[in-house]
Amino acid sequence: MAAILEIQNLSYAIDGRPILRDVSLSVAESETLVLLGRSGSGKTTLLKMVNRLLQPSAGAIRFEGKDSGAWDAIQLRRRMGYVIQDSGLFPHWTVEANVGLVPKLENWQADATRHRVEMLLDMVGLPPAEFRLRYPRQLSGGQKQRVGIARALAADPPLLLMDEPFAALDPITRFDLQRQFLELRRTVRKAALFVTHDVREALALASRIGLFTNGALEVFTPDEFRAAQSAEARAFLATLQGEAS
Amino acid sequence: MNSRLASEIFWLSLEHAELVLITIAVAATAGLPAGVALARRAGIRRWVMGFANLAQTIPSLALFGFLLPFIGIGKRTAIIALCLYALLPILRNTLIGIVGVDAAVRESALAMGMTPRQVLWQVELPLAVPSIVAGLRIATVATIGTATIAAAIGGGGLGVFIFRGIAMVDTPTVLAGAVPAALMALVADEGLEWMERRLSPG
Repeated sequence: MAAILEIQNLSYAIDGRPILRDVSLSVAESETLVLLGRSGSGKTTLLKMVNRLLQPSAGAIRFEGKDSGAWDAIQLRRRMGYVIQDSGLFPHWTVEANVGLVPKLENWQADATRHRVEMLLDMVGLPPAEFRLRYPRQLSGGQKQRVGIARALAADPPLLLMDEPFAALDPITRFDLQRQFLELRRTVRKAALFVTHDVREALALASRIGLFTNGALEVFTPDEFRAAQSAEARAFLATLQGEAS
Repeated sequence: MNSRLASEIFWLSLEHAELVLITIAVAATAGLPAGVALARRAGIRRWVMGFANLAQTIPSLALFGFLLPFIGIGKRTAIIALCLYALLPILRNTLIGIVGVDAAVRESALAMGMTPRQVLWQVELPLAVPSIVAGLRIATVATIGTATIAAAIGGGGLGVFIFRGIAMVDTPTVLAGAVPAALMALVADEGLEWMERRLSPG
């Protein structure tokens, strides 16, 4: 499978303090690479370097086979869906306008945008007739995240960047959205870089798991991860214990 | 009330409104873009706001007096002084409105591939509108009051009655200036508050 995203020897430091050291990874088509790590471990920093909200101190990022720096930053970002914990929906726009953001930026025909928006709202479980004209403040936390996912998928980008998208939700809603994410992945087949600090979520969603330890990244298959011996991996796996086996 | 007084109240009110409208138009033309520009530059923001705050502390009568030797008496001097006072609330509220936009909203706007100009016009400014209109409201109401002092330097307006009344020690004449000015302030306050509510996004 061709790699959508390749990162080589990426480092990032703030005021001489290293956040990421020599991180390498690749994400293949329709694969979900889950980045797992504690708060402050550099997961979000890595995502923001992928869509060039931040500049790496060293290293290379290639997206769709082309060096990240050779992309026009605006075009690059429009080829990557972005979903964050606080949804970041525009409070003054309706659900329909929010989801249609990137198609509008890309000058799609109004008709095409409307069809796309309705299709996506259906897909994320929000009947368009009921939700199309609502404003974000008229939505629950889970509904906002669904709209956020629909917005990220709108212009059919090959890669999704997801930064703890379900972390602020109650456990039942979170479980619902995780299941929906798996289902979406089967139908739309997107590559995703998915950041979480929840090992259960990582094991549920990951094709592969990238574990951050002191700014360094190690990538495992889920089975390898369950058997991993590093202290950080054991620490995360220990949070699963006590549950029914 | 005789008709001569009524017509004088009418014309001076009109002159007063003219002073206020020109002042707000000029202050907004300078204050809105300056607020937008400062929202992007945290470094010089402190200096500019400090200067604007300092200008605000100068007593208005003193400021009028201070400008006299440079610009002379008349409407122009009055408007320049009034603008200095109206500028701060407009500038500050524009700045606060833009800086106050939810960081997650701004970040996702950028991350979805909006240009900085699109973020400003489609996201930050619409969300800052209530704050900006509130700034215009504060500036307008304050200017209606302060503009009465313009009469002291030949700027005209309802202050003409007030200064004449003080000179003649005649309370009704003072009221002939003060009451219409107060009414004008109330109407402006209500009207702009209504606009603030109407323009609130979402």
